[in-house]
Amino acid sequence: MSSEIVPAASSAREPHADAPSLRMLFFAFAKISLSGFGGVLVFARRAIVEQHRWMTADEFNETFALCHFLPGPNIVNLSLVFGSRLRGIAGGLVAFVGLLGPPMVLVTILAAIYGHFGQVHALRRALAGVSCVAVGLLASAVFRMMSPLLKKRDVLGLLVMTAVFAAIGPARLPLAAVLLAAVPLSIAVTSAKRWWAR
Amino acid sequence: MSGDDNPLAELFVTFALISLFAVGGANAAIPELHRIAVDVRHWMTDKQFADVFAISQLSPGPNVLIVTLIGYSVAGVAGAVVATLAMCGPTAALAYFVSRWLANAREARWPAVLQASLVPLSIGLMAASAWVVAQASDQTWPAFALTIVAAIVAATTRLNPLWLLAAGGCLGFAGLL
Repeated sequence: MSSEIVPAASSAREPHADAPSLRMLFFAFAKISLSGFGGVLVFARRAIVEQHRWMTADEFNETFALCHFLPGPNIVNLSLVFGSRLRGIAGGLVAFVGLLGPPMVLVTILAAIYGHFGQVHALRRALAGVSCVAVGLLASAVFRMMSPLLKKRDVLGLLVMTAVFAAIGPARLPLAAVLLAAVPLSIAVTSAKRWWAR
Repeated sequence: MSGDDNPLAELFVTFALISLFAVGGANAAIPELHRIAVDVRHWMTDKQFADVFAISQLSPGPNVLIVTLIGYSVAGVAGAVVATLAMCGPTAALAYFVSRWLANAREARWPAVLQASLVPLSIGLMAASAWVVAQASDQTWPAFALTIVAAIVAATTRLNPLWLLAAGGCLGFAGLL
């Protein structure tokens, strides 16, 4: 395998001929996960699309959209779906374990430390400060997601959003009950809007 | 009905059920996690929940790891593993089967409508998450001000959020909140 003749031969192959080994998949997802502070999606996109070129940007968006509208943690769903596309069910499981395993070990160690020192006042004060900032980060994410609705003047969408917030936040209603009412309502509103716009 | 005899089974059933309703990801499920862990099962106090939320945001990895922490506080390492698998396993399997089914039947129309209708829902759920955690953590005016400042900085700059979290930890440690 001299390097001069390899490029011509490999460019003739189909895109997934160079599917990564299971080991590579595991380490890629472990790395994505461990570098992801405050959300892993950005790092997943960078590694999968830009660094390893395992998917095009469109394929990635399509896969993520699917994992986003299904229930459960999006990025975890993505790891299983993506891994199994490249290397079958074994690839899916390896990506899933790579994404969850290493940070789980880390967070369990942190939990043990918290269990021992959780009553220490200085630690409690520091965590309270972290938690204030984390709430602010959540709020900014909400605002960023809301801005397309505001730009489109999507009044019905904003109403549904506000109703869900009020029911779950201040009113503390159970999630299942709220979703059973809100999901059909939102689908009906969206379909009606699309039909009207045709 | 507390199921004291088998906390692991209780953890598994609880989190598997929550995950099926976790539209919009782990951060959207926080109000429900709080309702179950604090109000229904009394696994932890409001303050402990805020601490656990802070730890999960401080550590790398997907946001769903808050579930690992709740599981650990209920039943140690086994609880951590069971809670995480219950929250992630069933829905990931569902995603796997749906993606295979969609790859066969290229019906792109209804997922687009579904997706568009779920957007306002998941934003509302995320906003409720912020509200619920703020109830526990923003109890003084300086704490509330810090939340507002963090939100503005995060929304208007591309600063790594880890720096903001660290700054919050320092301010809290110094007793300024």
